[in-house]
Amino acid sequence: MPVFDETHARPALLEARALAFARNDEPIFGPLDFTLSAGEVVLMEGDNGAGKTTLLRVLSGLLAPTSGEIRLHGEPLTLARLSPQVVLLSHQGGLKLELTALENLRFAAGLVGQRKGMSPPSALTAVGLDGYGDVPVRQLSAGQKKRVALARVLLAPVALWLLDEPYANLDRSGIELVNRLLERHAHDGGAALITSHGAYAYTSGAPRRIALHDAQRAAMTLPTGAMA
Amino acid sequence: MTPGSTPAACAALLRRDLTLVWRRRGDAFNPLLFALIVVALFPLALGPEPEQLRRIAAGIVFVALLLAGLLALDTLFRSDYEDGSLEQLVLSPHPLSLLLACKIGVHWLTTALPLIVLAPLLGELLHLPGEVRGVLVVALLLATPLLSLIGAVCVALTVGMHRSGMLLALLVLPLYVPILIFGAGACNAAQAGLPSLAPLLWLAAALVLALVLAPLACAAALRISIS
Amino acid sequence: MNILLLWFHKLGSPPTFYRLAGLLLPWCYGIGLVLGLVALYGGLVLAPRDYQQGDAYRIIFVHVPTAWMSLFAYAFMAANAFIALVWHIKLSEILAIASAPIGAAFTLIALVTGALWGKPMWGTWWTWDARLTSELVLLFLYLGVIGLNAAIEDRRQAARAAGFLALVGIVNLPIVHFSVNWWNTLHQGSTVRLMGPSKIDAAMVWPLLLMALATHIWFFGSVLMRARIALLQLEGGKDWVRRVALDEGAGND
Repeated sequence: MPVFDETHARPALLEARALAFARNDEPIFGPLDFTLSAGEVVLMEGDNGAGKTTLLRVLSGLLAPTSGEIRLHGEPLTLARLSPQVVLLSHQGGLKLELTALENLRFAAGLVGQRKGMSPPSALTAVGLDGYGDVPVRQLSAGQKKRVALARVLLAPVALWLLDEPYANLDRSGIELVNRLLERHAHDGGAALITSHGAYAYTSGAPRRIALHDAQRAAMTLPTGAMA
Repeated sequence: MTPGSTPAACAALLRRDLTLVWRRRGDAFNPLLFALIVVALFPLALGPEPEQLRRIAAGIVFVALLLAGLLALDTLFRSDYEDGSLEQLVLSPHPLSLLLACKIGVHWLTTALPLIVLAPLLGELLHLPGEVRGVLVVALLLATPLLSLIGAVCVALTVGMHRSGMLLALLVLPLYVPILIFGAGACNAAQAGLPSLAPLLWLAAALVLALVLAPLACAAALRISIS
Repeated sequence: MNILLLWFHKLGSPPTFYRLAGLLLPWCYGIGLVLGLVALYGGLVLAPRDYQQGDAYRIIFVHVPTAWMSLFAYAFMAANAFIALVWHIKLSEILAIASAPIGAAFTLIALVTGALWGKPMWGTWWTWDARLTSELVLLFLYLGVIGLNAAIEDRRQAARAAGFLALVGIVNLPIVHFSVNWWNTLHQGSTVRLMGPSKIDAAMVWPLLLMALATHIWFFGSVLMRARIALLQLEGGKDWVRRVALDEGAGND
């Protein structure tokens, strides 16, 4: 039976309840409660080792939580239900260095499909890499690689973005680009959960922030009324 | 929003993996060289008498190809794991076992098939009788996909490890025993003038079974080791 | 059905298992030891000499039960691995991993006693007999499970991966046995059938069966022992482990 979020009167896109993960009996994060609704961007802040990456892997269904549960549209999360709706940007980026930027994006589009009105070249243009399509990814700078990875996220026909450190390696214009992409995605009814260790801020808009302090006591600094 | 179809995903994966092999085509020769060197070591160790070499030729070729395949196995998921594209495969909305079957297929095509082409030449180096050559190639055509499929399950179990070479050998080689026995056994039977069809049919039966089960097992193993 | 499930659930909870295993443990070791000694006396002293092999055959009272145990332990390990993978039961993961080194030890004993027996019988320590070869492959399968379990950092992930390998192994084991038999007939020759159709004296049978029973009980004792220790390690941070440490620490004073 679906559980409804009172503020929206429909189930949140993603909901975590008492979510915790431990490895070899050592807590990595949690217990953590939060919801992520359509049209929202949530910024998960925490220092190195606070468990941000692990949290994203748990939310993406790659890792099973040690305790607590995740609900997707009000129902328990399974990889089968989640996978058509999610794209994960991990810190490795998921790019093949021997392939060109366009070849990488074409593979991604073949694997998960592509957003309506978007194609590998137009995604590349959207991240400001016009003209780099035929350059092997190996020859791109770290920031440019990040942009190609972001183009893959942009191209995926999914509502839920899980981005691990999307600002890392990017210059000022790159950070603005990420913010712009996030805003547009939220505006189009998508949702994003992004992590940051705090050096780069989500400047525009007013994202909800969740602080991932300490594995034992993950406090939530959540302005509950702010996003209604 | 247009989600991709499963055949399109498989096609994209096949094209990507083949392109990658082509871009790194220098690496494709390594298993061939390895098998050649291993085969060349045996006459040096045992002496060059053709009679003696002829007797054990099929077995040596089989073991050399098996070891070359074992070394090549490590590359099956390694780069995909390191650059994070393995996660994308797991998170894609398509059956993981099917995608892995495509990967294993490309891997077999690009590492095992060249070895099979080389096998008659290796047999020639060891004075393998001409009438056994055909059986050897057929046995290899049936045995090497089995080696790739079963090996892939073990590679999936060790994929997160930094140095998995020795461990992988320990996991894989006991599972290879029946394949080696039937494959080399068919050649030995042919060489002794005995019927060699039965072991070949056993290999074929095992291959059919493995084609269905190994990708599923591989997907399950990968889900365990990626967590 | 519900009661059964509840019972399983309760038994599967680590503190309950720890306590129960602690109660059973001395009995397993005690009974196993006594039965084993009786069986050894029956086998080495009471049983008559074999008219062909003389006293050398008496090694079967160790060799045969350990060879049976090597298979039984693998089946036990695979069954637990299956339960662990399908229903995610922590205790089954622990039991599966705990039985691997014990099974490997039984396999090793079976191989060594087989070699010792082979020397007077065949005049050689090792022969590529079908049974010995299968047993050797079985040892490698055990070592693979142990090695994989040791190579993975996360204990539960390691247990799941090693358990999966155990399951792959148990599918492979009959195939290995069959293929080795086939290979052995292809290369037939010098091997002597160990357990021929020769009539076996009743005075030889009861020590053999008793020893088999003793090794089973001893095996369960060892599994419980290892599982208890593994549980303490896995759940080191939990309250019940702290209580156990305090209780046992107090008992030792």
